[in-house]
Amino acid sequence: MAREIMKGTDAVAKAVVSADPDVVSAYPITPQTGIVEGIADLAAQGAYDGEFLRIDSEFNAASSVIGASAAGARTFTATSSNGLKLMSEPLFTAAGMRLPLVLAVANRSISAPLSIWNDHTDAMAERDAGLVQLYAEDVQEAVDNTLIAFRVAEELKLPVMSNLDGFVLTHVQEPVDVPEPEAIEEFLPRYEPEHTLDPSDPKTMGAYARPEHWTETTYVPHEVLLQAGDAIERATAEFEDVFGRSYGDAGGLLDTYRLGDADVALVVLGSLAGTTKDAVDRAREDGIRVGVVRPRVFRPFPGEALREALGGVEAVGVLEKAISPGSGGPLTMELKAELYDLPDRPLVRNYVLGLAGRDVTVEDVREMSAELYADADVPPHQAPTEDREIWPQLREDILPEEVSH
Amino acid sequence: MATDQLEDGSDEPDEFDDSDKTEAADEFDDADEFEFDYDDAGFAPGHRACSGCGPAIVARHVVDEAGENTIVVNPTGCMEVVSSPFPESAWGVSWIHNVFANAPGVASGVEAAYRSFSRRGREEFEDHEDVNFIVFAGDGATFDIGMRSLSGMFERGHDVLYVCYDNEAYMNTGVQRSGSTPPGAHTTTTPSGEYSTGEDAPKKDMPAIAAAHGVEYVATASISDPIDFRKKVSRGLEVDGPAYVQVLSPCPVGWGFDGSETIEMGELAVETGVYPIYEMEHGEVTSAKTVRDRKPVEAYLERQDRFSHLFGGDAGEETIEAIQAEIDAQAEDLGIDG
Ligand SMILES: Cc1ncc(C[n+]2csc(CCOP(=O)(O)OP(=O)(O)O)c2C)c(N)n1
Ligand code: SF4
Repeated sequence: MAREIMKGTDAVAKAVVSADPDVVSAYPITPQTGIVEGIADLAAQGAYDGEFLRIDSEFNAASSVIGASAAGARTFTATSSNGLKLMSEPLFTAAGMRLPLVLAVANRSISAPLSIWNDHTDAMAERDAGLVQLYAEDVQEAVDNTLIAFRVAEELKLPVMSNLDGFVLTHVQEPVDVPEPEAIEEFLPRYEPEHTLDPSDPKTMGAYARPEHWTETTYVPHEVLLQAGDAIERATAEFEDVFGRSYGDAGGLLDTYRLGDADVALVVLGSLAGTTKDAVDRAREDGIRVGVVRPRVFRPFPGEALREALGGVEAVGVLEKAISPGSGGPLTMELKAELYDLPDRPLVRNYVLGLAGRDVTVEDVREMSAELYADADVPPHQAPTEDREIWPQLREDILPEEVSH
Repeated sequence: MATDQLEDGSDEPDEFDDSDKTEAADEFDDADEFEFDYDDAGFAPGHRACSGCGPAIVARHVVDEAGENTIVVNPTGCMEVVSSPFPESAWGVSWIHNVFANAPGVASGVEAAYRSFSRRGREEFEDHEDVNFIVFAGDGATFDIGMRSLSGMFERGHDVLYVCYDNEAYMNTGVQRSGSTPPGAHTTTTPSGEYSTGEDAPKKDMPAIAAAHGVEYVATASISDPIDFRKKVSRGLEVDGPAYVQVLSPCPVGWGFDGSETIEMGELAVETGVYPIYEMEHGEVTSAKTVRDRKPVEAYLERQDRFSHLFGGDAGEETIEAIQAEIDAQAEDLGIDG
């Protein structure tokens, strides 16, 4: 295994090719483009001999990997933001059809206004599609998640989305171990599909279901996803055996940092965890006992793992790069629902920040930790409503009058 | 299946009664030509199509002509809904439906997968060197919502035969206009009324659009001439790359005629020149079916409820004249008058 300094997109492209998909079909969109370009380059150099479709849109990128997957192929696509929205209609069918496609999403905000920078609003809007969703903290994890994604997708017969933060991970250069194809063979043997469009054994796929069957075909992916933790645990454990890198606690569902003696915890997804961990180190110097919980998986929602990890803290701050307009941060909402049954549920505060690439600094997070720590003993039901959701980076001065207060 | 048929809950198919078929077949001297072997059918009876459904007859011809070694991709529409009510299926060949707009995209992936398998020497797929990849799609899926997907499939040169069963409207959702609806036709979104004579835009020239993509083989056909249609299916499958065959498939429900007159309606469309039958190779028209003593368009229009508002008023008369003029010009262009 060679360690190289690589750009995130190149590293993911290499990982994809080393997983040897039969069909890759993708359409460029910033900040994902480097992944398709990387695969195109590897194909041009003869390092990839599967089919690479220079497809006409994300809509057909998703459609064609669905077709290829139904035919029995290992398939890959990648996208971001508006491209993911364009994929959305076909993607919603993939779980119901039990098709194990893998897609990498270089997370980016969604228009309007047009913005190319990172947040998680694109992936969150697909959270009901029935996809497994993985999130990476750094380039190495994005590479490793790509391989884990194929393993999990093929075992569960469900689509898997491997998220990596746009620019923050796609466009940085980091030292990365890109697993060699030989090592991958052990971890990721050739895909043996159970049902395919084999003409000599005719199948009807994607049929029309009436009310007496639809509920059941929808229940199945839901149940399979709820139980997917086991498959993820097996995949991460075996990944560690083969490649020597370990992915976190709770069977690969979470990564925790300085949580053991913490009174308050910060929950983050993806690359923001790096900044948050640094901030926690600083806060600890000030005597603030704070830890970090980073879900690696958002679907299936790692509810039990989160309950266990956060059961002992008094307050939780969710640092969220997404908003569900008219409601709140989607991760926060789901986390709150999960903690509701706890006898001593902690105060949960939703920080909406880092939208569309707005920089979140170590100092910002250190301040949030201090505030949260100060309020930690407020029982949740006594917390002022306006404190439950905070937009620490909001520029009041440029808001229209109707919403400024 | 028109929505009202869905709503009245026709849940179980009537058991197929073979005697009807035999009796009907006996009436025709050349019935052998079209006899379908239901035991091993690519598209079996018992599906939920309305009686006299043109597209259902077309489906049988397509898969019977293509044979067993076939994968069909079917977008959302009447044919998907009537043929695949889980847990039953009328399809005896491998078949996949995904969404309304993406059949060509899905077919691109299926075909690419097989190309990849064969390049990589996957033994389990070795027998399948010559799989027929077929998209079987309605006019709405083809002319309108799936156009982008189809354009990409053509441009990339996938080895897929695209058969558009053209029933000239969105029938599955209850007869709304599509880009294929002919001028003068009443649909639920182009209703005739005091200020309207129905559809007022010309029918989109889909074969020309296909040909402009450099598609090697493009053809039109009518359900009333199954031998010609099946030859075109065969020819389309032989082509190494995409091919486009568009077949007029009358819909008794959407057009308003009796289900026993489906073939006659197709015949009249050809005899009046409403639906010219031709082939294009490499963008040039290479054959066009001659129509002797071309009938006036009224002979076709007066037989269908969708045009009934055109009869008995000045506005309707003008519309019929305009339709006739359009047909005459087209006939001259193609040189079909014999
Ligand atoms: C994105 C989307 N828009 C609309 C529909 C509703 N819809 C389903 S089938 C159909 C019409 C199909 O028309 P056509 O392709 O001509 O086939 P036909 O029903 O006539 O066989 C429509 C509008 C849908 N399923 N998906
Ligand atoms: S195309 Fe027409 S005849 Fe055929 S099933 Fe649909 S509505 Fe019925």
